[in-house]
Amino acid sequence: MTAGPTVALVDYGAGNLRSVENALREVGARVVVTRDPAAVRAADRVVVPGQGAMPACAEAMRGSGVEAALREAIARGTPVLGICVGLQILFTDGEEAGGAHGLGLVPGTVRKLPAGVRLPHIGWSKVSGPPPLHPLFAPLDGQYVYFAHSYAAPADAPGTQLTATHGVPFCAGLARGNLFAVQFHPEKSQQVGLDFLRRFVGIH
Amino acid sequence: MPAKRIIPCLDVKDGRVVKGVKFQNLRDAGDPVEAAARYDAQGADEITYLDIAATLENRGTLLDLVSRTAARVFAPLTVGGGVRGEADFVALLRAGADKVSVNSSAVKEPGLVDRLSALAGAQALVVAVDVKRRPRAAGAEPEWEVHVAGGSRPTGREGLAWIREVADRGAGELLLTSMDRDGTQAGYDLELLERVAAAVRIPVIASGGVGTLAHLAEGLRFADAALAASIFHDGTHTVAEAKRYLLARGIEVRP
Repeated sequence: MTAGPTVALVDYGAGNLRSVENALREVGARVVVTRDPAAVRAADRVVVPGQGAMPACAEAMRGSGVEAALREAIARGTPVLGICVGLQILFTDGEEAGGAHGLGLVPGTVRKLPAGVRLPHIGWSKVSGPPPLHPLFAPLDGQYVYFAHSYAAPADAPGTQLTATHGVPFCAGLARGNLFAVQFHPEKSQQVGLDFLRRFVGIH
Repeated sequence: MPAKRIIPCLDVKDGRVVKGVKFQNLRDAGDPVEAAARYDAQGADEITYLDIAATLENRGTLLDLVSRTAARVFAPLTVGGGVRGEADFVALLRAGADKVSVNSSAVKEPGLVDRLSALAGAQALVVAVDVKRRPRAAGAEPEWEVHVAGGSRPTGREGLAWIREVADRGAGELLLTSMDRDGTQAGYDLELLERVAAAVRIPVIASGGVGTLAHLAEGLRFADAALAASIFHDGTHTVAEAKRYLLARGIEVRP
C-alpha cells in the first residue's frame, strides 16, 4: 500500500486516541500521535479527538501550545477534523462543569442535552441534513452513527451540515472551509464511519 | 432516542472465549477477536468482553486482547471484569476499550464510581449490577438484592437503591443482570427491568435470560439495549436475524 497523507492526531490527554489512531491507519493514513506543535504544523491533515469533559480538554489544548499550531494549520488551509469533544472545543464556550471557554473558531455555546431523555446520549442515531451537503458529509445523510455524549452544539450553529436529535436537534457535523467537525464517533461507526474518515483523509 | 442496541457478550478467560453453564464446566470456544469480528460483520451495535477470571496475573493478556480487538473491530467495545481502581480502568481505555464496566469494586467502594466518571467522563463508565430476587411476602412489592464476585456473594444491599445511587454518582450506563434468569433462557425479568428503567435516567442494558428473539423484543420495551450471549454463541440466531425480527415488530434498531 502506498503511504497516504500524514495525519497529526493531537494528543492532549483526552481519551479515545487509540481508537481514532486505529481507524485512521485502517483507511490508509500515516498517523503521527503528537502534542508537538511542529508536528501539527507539518502534517497534511490534523485530527482533534476528544472524550471526557470540555473544560479539561479546552484547557489542555491551550496549555500545550498546540492551539496556535492548530490555528495556523486552519489558516493555511490544512483540512482539520474535530471529533466529539474535539467538535465542542471549537465553539466559543460551553456550560459543562461550571463553564468553559473554547477556541472560538465557531460562534456558539455548547449546552447540556435536555432533561427528559436518557443521558448520556449513548448509541446509534440517524443523522441528516438539507442538500446540498459537502461531499464529505453527503453519504452520511440518513445513516446511523455512534454517539456518546451529554453536551452538544446548537443545530443552527454556523456551518452545520448534519443534525441528529436526542430530546432536541443538535449539530452532528459541520464544515467551515477546511475546518470539519463531528459530534459522533466515526472511528466507532463501523463501515459508515471508516468511509467518512477515508473521505477526510483523501480530501483535496 | 437512539436505536435500541443489540450487544453480544463474550466471556473471556486467559485471552480465550469460554463457554459454560453458570461459570462451571468451562470449555474453550475460540479466539475472542475472531468472534468479535464476526459479530461486527453481522451488525452488532457494540461488543462486550467480560473477563471471568479477572486475576491480576492475566491483566496483561486481557489488555493485549483488547488492543488486538480495537485494531480490527470499529464498533464500540466495552470491557469488564476485575477492574479494581483507576489504574485498571485507564489501562483498559488506553488499550482501546471505549467503555469499562465495574461491579464488585464499586460496591466495595462507592466513591470509585464518582472518581472514574470524573476521570474519563460518564460515557466511558458502565456500572454492572447483579441482582437476585428476595423471598416475597404475599402482597408485598418485589425486592432484589445486589450480589458481587460474579454473583457468588450477597451484599445485603437493596437493588433499586444501589442502582439509583450509582446513577447519581456518575455511572454512564447500567448493565443490569438478573441472576434468577441468567443462563435459564427463560426471558428477562421484566418486572425488574420496568422498575429500573423508571428509577434512573441513564441508559439501561438488559442482561440475563435471553433464549428467543421474542425475549429481546420484550426486554427492549423497557431497556435501551439488550445484551445476550448464548443465543448468538450457539449459532441459534445471528445478530442480523435478531435485528430483522425486531424491525418487523416496529422496534427501532439499526439495520
